[in-house]
Amino acid sequence: MSKLTRRAFLTAGLIIGGGLIVGVAIRPGHRTPKLAKFMQHDDEVLVNAWVKLLPDNSVTVIVSHAEMGQGAQSALAIMLADEMDVDWDSVTIEEAPAHDEYANFHMAREFLLPGKMPGIVNQTINGVFLTISKSIALQVTGGSFSIRSTGERGMRVAGAAARELLVQAAAQEWQVAETEIRTEKSILYHDATNRKAPYIEFAKTAAKQQGPEFPTLKTPEQFTLMGNEEIQRLDIPEKVNGTAKFGIDVVLPGMKYATVKTSPVFGSKVESIDSSVAEKMKGVIKVVNIGDGVGVIAESYWQAKKAIAAVRVSYSASEWDNTSSDTIMAQFRSDMDKAVTNGDEETDFSEGNARNVIESAANVITAEYSVPYLAHITMEPMNSTALVKDSKTEVWSGTQNPLGIRAAIAEYLDTDAENVVVNNVYLGGGFGRRAMTDYPIQAVKLANALPGVPVKMIWSREEDVQHDFYRPAIVSRFKAALGDSGLPTAWENQYVDKHEPKEAPYIPYQVDNQFIHYIESPTHIPFGAWRSVDHSQHAFFTESFIDELAHAAGQDAFQYRRTLLQSEPRYLKVLDAVANMSDWDRPLPQGWGRGIAIHGSFNSIVAEVVEVDMSSGSLRVDKVFCVADAGFAYCPNAFRAQMESGIIFGLSAALHGEITIKNGAVMQSNLHNYKMVRMDTAPDIYVEIINSGERTGGAGEPGTPPIAPALTNAIFAATGNRIRDLPVKIG
Amino acid sequence: MIELKVNDQIQIVDVEADTPLLWVIREQLNLVGTKFGCGMAQCGACTVHLNGQPIRSCVTPISAVAGQAITTIEGIADDSGKLSKVQQAWVDEQVPQCGYCQSGQIMSAVALLESNPSPTDSDIDAAMSGNVCRCGMYGRIKKAIKNAALV
Repeated sequence: MSKLTRRAFLTAGLIIGGGLIVGVAIRPGHRTPKLAKFMQHDDEVLVNAWVKLLPDNSVTVIVSHAEMGQGAQSALAIMLADEMDVDWDSVTIEEAPAHDEYANFHMAREFLLPGKMPGIVNQTINGVFLTISKSIALQVTGGSFSIRSTGERGMRVAGAAARELLVQAAAQEWQVAETEIRTEKSILYHDATNRKAPYIEFAKTAAKQQGPEFPTLKTPEQFTLMGNEEIQRLDIPEKVNGTAKFGIDVVLPGMKYATVKTSPVFGSKVESIDSSVAEKMKGVIKVVNIGDGVGVIAESYWQAKKAIAAVRVSYSASEWDNTSSDTIMAQFRSDMDKAVTNGDEETDFSEGNARNVIESAANVITAEYSVPYLAHITMEPMNSTALVKDSKTEVWSGTQNPLGIRAAIAEYLDTDAENVVVNNVYLGGGFGRRAMTDYPIQAVKLANALPGVPVKMIWSREEDVQHDFYRPAIVSRFKAALGDSGLPTAWENQYVDKHEPKEAPYIPYQVDNQFIHYIESPTHIPFGAWRSVDHSQHAFFTESFIDELAHAAGQDAFQYRRTLLQSEPRYLKVLDAVANMSDWDRPLPQGWGRGIAIHGSFNSIVAEVVEVDMSSGSLRVDKVFCVADAGFAYCPNAFRAQMESGIIFGLSAALHGEITIKNGAVMQSNLHNYKMVRMDTAPDIYVEIINSGERTGGAGEPGTPPIAPALTNAIFAATGNRIRDLPVKIG
Repeated sequence: MIELKVNDQIQIVDVEADTPLLWVIREQLNLVGTKFGCGMAQCGACTVHLNGQPIRSCVTPISAVAGQAITTIEGIADDSGKLSKVQQAWVDEQVPQCGYCQSGQIMSAVALLESNPSPTDSDIDAAMSGNVCRCGMYGRIKKAIKNAALV
């Protein structure tokens, strides 16, 4: 870290054709008071945002985050454009390439040199989990972080800085005071002398200005684009006419097609390959041993797919060959028992003395919950295109982690990262899956076997389902003591395996004695970040158990939570709003039920109420009410879409999602046995936004955690049947 | 050699008879708006029209559609390139998120409205439940279809 200078800088320069480019970087450890307010911790923030003003007075915003459907690129462009006062109709977006020019490469390169990475970033690059604090510098998209960090500390600052440079330039040329100049839709005005001119006329002078030490940002009442309900996403027109280019759509001259099949049991290696039949099949170019599996390169995908079925591969025996979901869950439970017996629990959070209070309490409630492994199943199966030519490697891939891919490929090829170019394209869904580096590495392995020829590798859906990095399965146990009022006096929670983020199992409720602890119980199943990471599992556990406590206390589920949130006004406001919105006290027909849940994640608080109709004996989810406080919703329409999306994603998981293991391998293979919510089972969703003005939170993930417990709490209200294991199985 | 009529243009392709229409459209004709999602008619991302009817191109062998009229997402805007009313409704409702399933969704919706100009909620459920949207934009899709029906 010593090479990093501790300063912020604003840079501006002229580009070819006379345009202006402006960027701003805030480096870790900067301590000037003016910048400090934009950082939460000294070591936290590194932002680099760029904007180009082009000769026709239009604006290109360069965004360092991937577009996987969350609308982040448009939202980031809106933030910059609003501060810069540019004409929104003239704005286009360019994704920053994984390259030195635009990303803050002095920083990134430090990190990407093997062996020089700080531990926390190492995790990110290895793709084990997204490490939020460094994600911007590395162009990782995840952790619901794009808007609240890159947007607020990068895009807005760059936009405001660019505007001030232009105002300074105009003031100098017009010989008037800067304060007399106003800006609107990419035009500078000096009303007193009735002068006006487009931004671009001052590009040359602006590039020479000193610039403000720190630009003044707009206050919410000055926003024109931010928070505007009418602003549409820029990526939508090309997504309705088939022209949007995803990773799978990359076409290169002379390109060949490939597919892979890896060992069903994770971790097994290829022992031998018999490709004699496959190699004689029409169109087949090459059969490649990729170590843990085999790939076939052919003239077309269909030929590759047919041929790979004809390749006979034997894999090394593995100690996991007899592992099943049952043995894994039994291992979790036995490790949890042992931890308590041996007293070697890992403390997650401790306050007061929960165990003593529970031991001496008259009224103790206990429950055990479990959730299974889950796959991501992005609509676009994993794919990647690679070209290895001379000493250079170029990859085209939809990824949440372009620089991580670049580093991983460089490491695999034992070359300098300078020799690897990663081109990012639209992602047909990410949800955490596309933060991983496995699939681009496979494409490089195949392309490396056919130098000079671009190879597009496409996974079958079966490969995609069976070689994911799954949301971890968890068993979670609770004990609570209830006092005379029925309110909890102690809360103990033990669960297996702690991942990220650390606060996922924490509760917002006032309980004086708390002991939250875990035990590590590793398995051979690869795991990764799944929309909202560990929040989706733990919100199901904690919001189910608090509901059980309310029931045990004979109290209303909403009022019970309300009482316990008196010292959390922000939570309380969201909770009250969802009760009000859902008309919580309105009686429902016989056989219907209403459930509530609230959970904070990524600095957003979301409460949801689900109404289910079980009058026919089967389950029908009728409505979902959702209230979200993310501080400020910069793009309200896209924000609501994220809530709707997070709800359906979580509902699919709660109702259907289950990856089961048999003989060490995943049993599910495609959408017929890994089901999800469709049009005919999708509830009506109503979303309300609270702009509390609190520190900005995320949008992509926080809608997901509350839906499973709100659903199962509703099922309980309708039937008295408490669902403690997901997915929901009725009858 | 197999002859096809795709988006009103005659195309001649040289592929094995069992090649799914999806891969011919994408790789031979370079019309990549039609997507691969599951390969077994479970997700609807590959939906195209065969003689005006929605079909799953990932399980339709090219030999079964020789000489017949196929329409893809690239063929539903009018001649001037103006979006069809369904596509425009998709923009107005800001339907797509990742957008990957939307070609298939739109092709199913266009076929629905052609056969049933004012569909009820349950008509929409029946016609659209073969199309998965992993981003979960079902509410917006339903609203867009209803809005397009009014145009």
